[in-house]
Formats: sequence, structure tokens, C-alpha cells
Amino acid sequence: MTSLPPFVLFFVGALVVALTKGAVRKAVVLGVPLVGLGSLWMGAGQDVAASGPQLLYQLELIGYTLTPFRADKLSLLFGYLFHIAAFLGFVYALHLGDGAPDGSVAEDVGEDDVVGNGTATLQHVAAMLYAGSALGAVFAGDFITLFVFWELLAITSVFLIWARDSERSYATGFRYLIIHVVSGVLLLSAALMIAHRTGSIEFGAVPLQGAAGWILLLSFGIKAGFPLVHNWITEAYPESTPTGTVFLSAFTTKVAVYALARSFAGADPLIYIGTAMTFFPIFYAVLENDLRRVLGYSMINQIGFMVAGIGIGTAMAVNGAVAHAFADVIFKGLLFMSMGAVMTMTGRTKGTDLGGLYKTMPITATLCIFGAAAISAFPLFSAFVTKSMIMVAAVDEHHYIVWLFMLFASAGVLEHAGIKIPYFAFFAHDSGIRTKEPPKNMLVAMSIGAVLCVLIGVFPGQLYALLPFEMDYHPYDTYHVVTQMQLLVFGALGFITLVKSGIYPDEKRAVHIDAEVLYRRLGPWLVRTVGGAVARVDAAVRASVMGVVGSVLGAADRSHGQMGPLARSWPSGSMVLWVAILLAAYLLFYLWEFGL
Amino acid sequence: MSEHLPALLVVVPLILAPVAALSNRPRAAFAAAFAGCWWALYASLALLTRVRSEGVISYALGGWAPPYGIELRLDLVNAFVAVTVATIGAVVIPYAWTSVKKEITEDRIPLFYTAFLLMLSGLLGITVTGDVFNVFVFLEISSLSAYSMIALGQDRRALTATFQYLIMGSVGATFIVIGIGFMYVMTGTLNMADLAERLPAVMDNRTIPVAFTFLTVGITLKLALFPLHLWLPNAYTYAPSAVTAFMASTATKVSVYLLLRFFFTIFGFAFAFGQMRLNMVLMPLSLVAILAMSLVAIYEINVKRLLAFSSVAQIGYMVLGISFGSVLGVTAGLLHIFNHALMKGALFMAMGCVMYRVGSVQLSKMAGLGKKMPWTMAAFVGGGLSLIGVPLTVGFISKWYLVQAALEQGNWLVAGLVMIGSLMALVYIWKVVEVAYFQEADSDVEIREAPLSLLIPTWVLVIASFWFGIDASTTAQVATDAAELLLRGGS
Repeated sequence: MTSLPPFVLFFVGALVVALTKGAVRKAVVLGVPLVGLGSLWMGAGQDVAASGPQLLYQLELIGYTLTPFRADKLSLLFGYLFHIAAFLGFVYALHLGDGAPDGSVAEDVGEDDVVGNGTATLQHVAAMLYAGSALGAVFAGDFITLFVFWELLAITSVFLIWARDSERSYATGFRYLIIHVVSGVLLLSAALMIAHRTGSIEFGAVPLQGAAGWILLLSFGIKAGFPLVHNWITEAYPESTPTGTVFLSAFTTKVAVYALARSFAGADPLIYIGTAMTFFPIFYAVLENDLRRVLGYSMINQIGFMVAGIGIGTAMAVNGAVAHAFADVIFKGLLFMSMGAVMTMTGRTKGTDLGGLYKTMPITATLCIFGAAAISAFPLFSAFVTKSMIMVAAVDEHHYIVWLFMLFASAGVLEHAGIKIPYFAFFAHDSGIRTKEPPKNMLVAMSIGAVLCVLIGVFPGQLYALLPFEMDYHPYDTYHVVTQMQLLVFGALGFITLVKSGIYPDEKRAVHIDAEVLYRRLGPWLVRTVGGAVARVDAAVRASVMGVVGSVLGAADRSHGQMGPLARSWPSGSMVLWVAILLAAYLLFYLWEFGL
Repeated sequence: MSEHLPALLVVVPLILAPVAALSNRPRAAFAAAFAGCWWALYASLALLTRVRSEGVISYALGGWAPPYGIELRLDLVNAFVAVTVATIGAVVIPYAWTSVKKEITEDRIPLFYTAFLLMLSGLLGITVTGDVFNVFVFLEISSLSAYSMIALGQDRRALTATFQYLIMGSVGATFIVIGIGFMYVMTGTLNMADLAERLPAVMDNRTIPVAFTFLTVGITLKLALFPLHLWLPNAYTYAPSAVTAFMASTATKVSVYLLLRFFFTIFGFAFAFGQMRLNMVLMPLSLVAILAMSLVAIYEINVKRLLAFSSVAQIGYMVLGISFGSVLGVTAGLLHIFNHALMKGALFMAMGCVMYRVGSVQLSKMAGLGKKMPWTMAAFVGGGLSLIGVPLTVGFISKWYLVQAALEQGNWLVAGLVMIGSLMALVYIWKVVEVAYFQEADSDVEIREAPLSLLIPTWVLVIASFWFGIDASTTAQVATDAAELLLRGGS
């Protein structure tokens, strides 16, 4: 039994969502991911299990073969994941269009923080198309199809940013769009070169040599948030609506991780790029006050583990990378959902504006802690059974320094995501905000996410069975559990000591300095110097690039703008003069070529 | 009758032109034009089919055997171009009926259809003839009728635009005839095939490069290769909408054909590219055309003018393909002749719909049109996607061949510049989309969707631009065969 390409259902669903309202629409947005998941599991999933990879709906285009639906274990895993993520996202966003949630205090906050709910239709349609595009991309069997969905991902998701409906979200969305369109053009360029060299546009492994390989890597890298091209993540995600960010965090970067796993498994540079990604965002995350932006940095950090795993390239490492992607979508989604709930109810996401919310939002607080435990890789939670595969693979392949950096980064995760997020939002000093629990659908979505985090952590076998490569791995042996518990317990212990002794007057500064001292034994000055230096270099590079861009645009405007010499209407005499000049120039040139 | 088809292809519209003029009634004139255009489409398709199955068709006009008499000679190259011209004519003419009624005063409408028929027969004549002097004659017929049609535009600036086009067009035509004259002096013949045979014997004479020069300047002026494009933007902007759609999709394309015919068939590839190194001239100019003109389009605020500058850039793509002097490159150039005719025709026709309802194509007047004229703006987006080169559109096919041609010669720079050109197209199309879809309209202005008589022809071209983007096998095959024919030098 074969099934339609998964994106078709979502695109049709988007159309239906656009045309319906109320209960019907709610049924559609929940039904599409569930039906899609079922048909994928029963259709292509069973076929792959029975008879290996499937190439479906192939067609010819100017001598090349397009494959809109390639099902194998790798693409299926991401296919299932995206269906689940879409379902969670839609459950979470189900209340959109029902008016402001009961008990929200968004009215009395500053102009800057007012939550734009956007229009429900726009967000649902965009999210539906966006999820469909992500599915189209992971099931694409050739670079042209991939390119189409690659660009669609950008075009559909930007509406989730614009749905915030503010000046700033508009500008942010535009920059986001440009970056992603550039990534798509790079992808197409690389595809053209690959087609020229090999005569095939199959989306498969690409050797990292020659311009084609590197351009392709850059294209994927932009979407994956490689260092220096990562800014779109931390800029755009906090600008989206509370519900939009949940979708954004699930798809784009994971499609990039999939593409990297498909084309560049075992490419050495990825190990170091990934390792860099695991630790550099930590410096930014500790300095950051907007909790959703902290999660953005945390996202880069998690993707770093996946990228490094793909770079290591052994069966265990790649399995670990894709499994971690699977877990990450759920626990990062859960964290974004909990922050979105806070934002929906209070209109704020800044650490300094929040605190003490556990009194009025105890369920949200509990669920957020589940997500925090999962991202910190506590045993019995999802990241523990996935991230450890990458770490083990690093040791197996003798990448000890890489392993050390990852360990440092893991501790950083605990600090900036595992403790900082729930602590500042729900505990710390009491901000005096009294609100209610978010709408039920949000609580349901978060609960499902929390349950999944635990299920994966407790029964990893189910997830392992879906992984693309055969392997024999048991996360719950003494060594793993003890190492991880040491890391976590000492980190947490330090934090508790500080809280009890009341050392920090200003929570923002105190936490990042003191926690660093405790579990990394680095002086606070080091964090400031390193963080500051990185930020300064980053700012300088950006300022100079913007300067160059500005002057180029100025020059272009002068020559090509409305009244510039290239754009204005010319008098007839000057036109004819050009003819004469060209005639003379050609004559000279041709006679010269002719040998006079 | 079928053996006279090459002559009838040109002669039927030519005879219908005075019929349209003499009838002096809009309806009758339209009927004549409609008949002429659809006849041309039928005849050109029949001829292309015959050329594909039987090879070159040579037709001796009046029974005078070539090279003494005038020969009409059809091979894959010009049959392909003739089909392109006739297709656009057949699609534009039903569109013209409604559009012209709004934009041209009634007493001049019969003259408009007369000029339209004359221009069509002129363009087809240039395409099918095997005689270089005949080329000049038909060139003048098509140009003069084009001038008169542009002058019919509502805007008073149409007159100055026409006047400038008249001067520049005449200079171009004169240069071409001077070039032809030099060749005639050297060889004593005007027949293309005969010229190709006799020219090698006199190649070492300095007259030949001079003829070559005049022809280069004359033809590149006619096809609006940067920097000889200056006549084009205003002419396209101020002409009536139907005229712009027809001219933009055909006139410059036929000139590109002339470039191919003169430099590949008559002078021969070896001389034009080997000795005279034509590519050294064409490649940089076409690259400047692509980049500079796209940039101008980005800043332009009159959408018709924006599309006109975009046309100059697109002509750059065609010439760029040709300048590679390889089968792939010439294939890309030929394909883009057809593909660009489809997409730019659709875009200009969509602007004609806007003109019909809004009365202006200034960007500022188009706010909120995405809601008020959904089908028109959707057609614009469809054509725009093609212009950008999105997969599954014809634009993608052209760009694909072009970049493959560049990579084949290891010319990474050019391949990169083509991609940048696509990005710039994205910017100027987006600019229009943004205003039409994301800006709020003035609520006090009542604007309805354009009538079906305008929308249907527009959408025919939009759908065709997707159709031939998905199933490109026929067009690509014809273009590749034609390119091989040209590079073999003969016909």
C-alpha cells in the first residue's frame, strides 16, 4: 500500500482551514496531522519495513528525474516527528480566534510587550503550509524538489513572524526571509553544479570537495544555524507569536539537520562546527534576559550536538543525531510552549519582569520543569537516551577534546535552559503578577509533550527501532547514569546553595556569574571577557558589513534609482551619440581582431 | 495550398491589413486581425511540424529560383521563432478587443488593428525569409507599424517615446542595410545561403569586418542590448497595454533571431566567434544588461516601466546564452526567446488588466489590489515566479540551461551572476507583491476584478508558462536541435 506524498494532505488541509471556521476548522487542524501520521505509518512505513527504500511518483524534467516522495528509514523518522510536532503545535494553538484567554493580564503591560495575537486564520494556514513544506523537504528525493520546499519553508514560516503584527516583527520577518531565500539560492547553485558534474540531481551523499560541496554545506548551514549565520534563530523566534514560535522551533532547523545527515554524514568539519555550536551560545544565553531568546540560543546549542554527531558519522553517532533531533523537537517545543503560555497570560517574557508565577500557574510550572529536565538530560528523560549516543560515539572515535567541550556545553544547558528558564519565570522574586493557568488546549499540548519526554526517556527502545542504522546501545548502564548525575547534581547543588544563602542581589547577573563559578570553576571575569570579546568581535564584524552594504546601496541608488543615469529617460541626441560611440568602438575592436 | 504555406503565413495577415483599414469599423477590423493572427498560428505550427519531420523547407517566391529570386527558407530555428511570434499574436488579439476599447479612441481602432496585422506580418516576414534585403524590408514594415501603435497610447509622453523609438529604430535599420550593402558589394548576392557560401572567399577583405560592425550595432540596437536599449523603456511604458504585451514578447525576440541568423548562418560560427570574437562583445554587455537593468527595475515605481527594464535584463540572458557559442548556450538563448515571450506577455497583460480597472500602473496605486483583483494579481505572481526562475516554471528551464552552459565552460563567475540576477528579479517582483497584497487599499476607491475577456488570455499565458516548465521536453528538444543546426553553420 502506497500513500500520497505527505505534504499533499497538509496543503489541502491549509486550503480547507482557510475556508472553514469554528469547530470544523478545529477538527481539521487536529485531524490532518493525525490522519497523515496514520497513513504514513500504515502506508510508506510498512512498505519500507517490508521491502526497503521506496521512490514514488517519479517524473522526468529536462532529462533529470524528480522524486517527490522518497521513503526510507531516515526520512520516515523525520516524517513521523513532523506529524507529531504539527499535532502538538495545533493543539497548543487551538484557542486562536476565540478571543483573549480568560484571566490574562496582557492589557496592563508596556507597549513594547503587548502580545499581538495576529489573525487565527493566517496563523493556522501558514502553520499548515509550513508543516507541509517541512514534510515535502524531508521526503524530497532530489535537489530540485528539495529546493522548492526549502524556499516554501521560508515563505510560509515568515507569516508566523509577521502575525505578531508589529513594526519590529515585520522588519525581523523580512531579514529572516532574505536569509532563507539566500540559503535556497545557494542550494540551487550547488544543485546545478552537482547536476553538471554527475549528471544526476539525486539528493544523496555529497563529497565535501570543490565549490559544489561547500556551497551546499553553507546552504544547509544557514538553515541549521551554523556559527556566524545563526542570528536569524535568536532574532526571529522571540519575535513570533506565542503559538508561532512553537511551530518555528520544530521544523526549519530540523529539516536542515536532516539534510546534513543525508548529504554530509561523516564530514569532519561538521564535528568542529557542531562543537562550536554547542558552547558558544551559552555565553549569550547567560547574558540574555528575554526567556524565549534564551531558548533560541539553547536551540543552537542542541543542534550543535546533532551536527557534531553527523560529523562523527558512525552509525551510532548519526543515529544519536537524528534521535536527538526527535527528542529536541518535543522538549524544546514543550519549553517554548510553557514560555508561550506565560507570554499569552502575562504579555511578558523578560526574566526581570517575571517571577513567582508558580503560585498562579502551578501546572504550567510543573510541565516546564519536565521540559527543563528533559533538555538537561536527566536520566529517565528523553535527551539522556539520545544525547549520550553522540557523546559515546565521540569517545569511541577518540574525539576526546570534542567530548570535553560537549560535556562543558551539557553543563551549560543545565544552567541556561534547565534552571534559568523555569526559575526566572515561575520562582525567583515575586513579580506580583497574578494570573491564571493558560487555556486548556495549551495545557493539554504541554502535557502530551511532557509525557512524550518521559516515555522516550523510559522506553528508548521504541525510538531506537525507528533509527536509520542498526546498532546495539543501552543508555542505562552505571557509567552513563553516574557521570550524568554527577554533572547534574553538582550543578544543581551549587545553584541551591546560592539560593539558600541569598548571595545574589540581582538575579540576572548573579546567576550567570555564580553558576559559572560553581560548575565550571571559571572566574566570572572569564565569562565576561570571553562573552564580551565574542560579542564585540561579532558587533564589529556586523557593523563593518552593514557599512559596506549601506554604501553599496547608496551608490546603487545614485546610479540606478529613479533619476540615476541608468534609469532616467534620455534625450534622443544622447541615445544616438551612444550608437556612434558603440559603432566606433566595435569598428576598432573588430578591425583589431581582424588584424587591421 | 500546403506547398504555398510559407508565403501564405506572411501574405494572409499582410492582405488582411488593408481590409481592416478599409472596413473602418472596429468590429470588422477586429475580425480581420483575429483571423490573421489565428491563421498565422495555424500556419506556423503546420510549418514547424513539417520542418521537424521533413527538414528544411525552401520556397521560391513567384517561382523564381534562388539565389536570383527571393527565397523563403524555414528551418527549425526560424520555424520555432515564427511559432513564438504567432502564439503571442493569437493570444494577445482577443485580449486587445477589450483593452483597446478603453485605451484608444474609437475612430482609431480600425487603424490599430491594421497596424497590428502589419506588424505581425512584418515580424513573420523577417523570420521566414531567406533573403537579407527582404529582412530589411520586413523590418521596416514591422517597425513603422510598431511606431504608429505606440503613438496611439493615452499618455502624451507616448508621442516623444515614439519619436525616439523612430529615430533609434531607423538608425538601427539603416545600419543593418549598410551592412547588407557592404556584403552585397563584396559578393553580389542577397540570398542568405548563397552569401554563406560566397563570403569565405572574400573574408580577408577589410570591408567584411566593417559590414560585420554595422550589423552588430544595428541588430543589437534592434534587440535592445545594453547600452542601446534606451529607446525601449519609454516605448513599452507609454504604449497601449495590448501593444506592450505583443511587442515585448515578439519584436526583440525576432531581433535575437536575426542575430543568430546573421552571425551563425551567414557569417558562420567560425568567423563570428573564432576570428571576430563576437563573444568578447556580447558577453560583457549582456552581463551588464542583466545586473544593471535588474537593479534599475528594483528602484522603478511604474510597474510597466519596471517590466520594461526587466525585459532589457532578460534580453541579456538570451544574448548571454548565445555568447557562449556552445550548443547548450544557444539552446538556452532560443528557449528563453519562447519562455520569456510567455512570461513577459503574461506580466504585461496582467498590467493591462490593472490599467483597465485602475487607470494607472504606478506602484502606489496598486495597494490592496491582491484582494480587489485576485485573479489579475495571481497572474502577475505566476508570471513573476517564472521571471525569477522558480522550478516548474519556464523561467527555471531557461536558467537551468544557461547555468549548465556556463558551468560547461567552467565559467563560475557567469553562473554566479545569473543566480544573482534571479535574486534581483525576486526583489523587484516582490516589491509589487508586497504593495498589492500587504498594503491596505484606499477604501474610497471602488475597483472590481478585470473582465474575463482580459483575464482568460492572460491566464492562457500563465498556464502555458507553467505547462512548458513542467513538460519542457518538446521545447527543449526543438531548441537543442535548432542550436545544433546553427552551430553546424549551415541550414
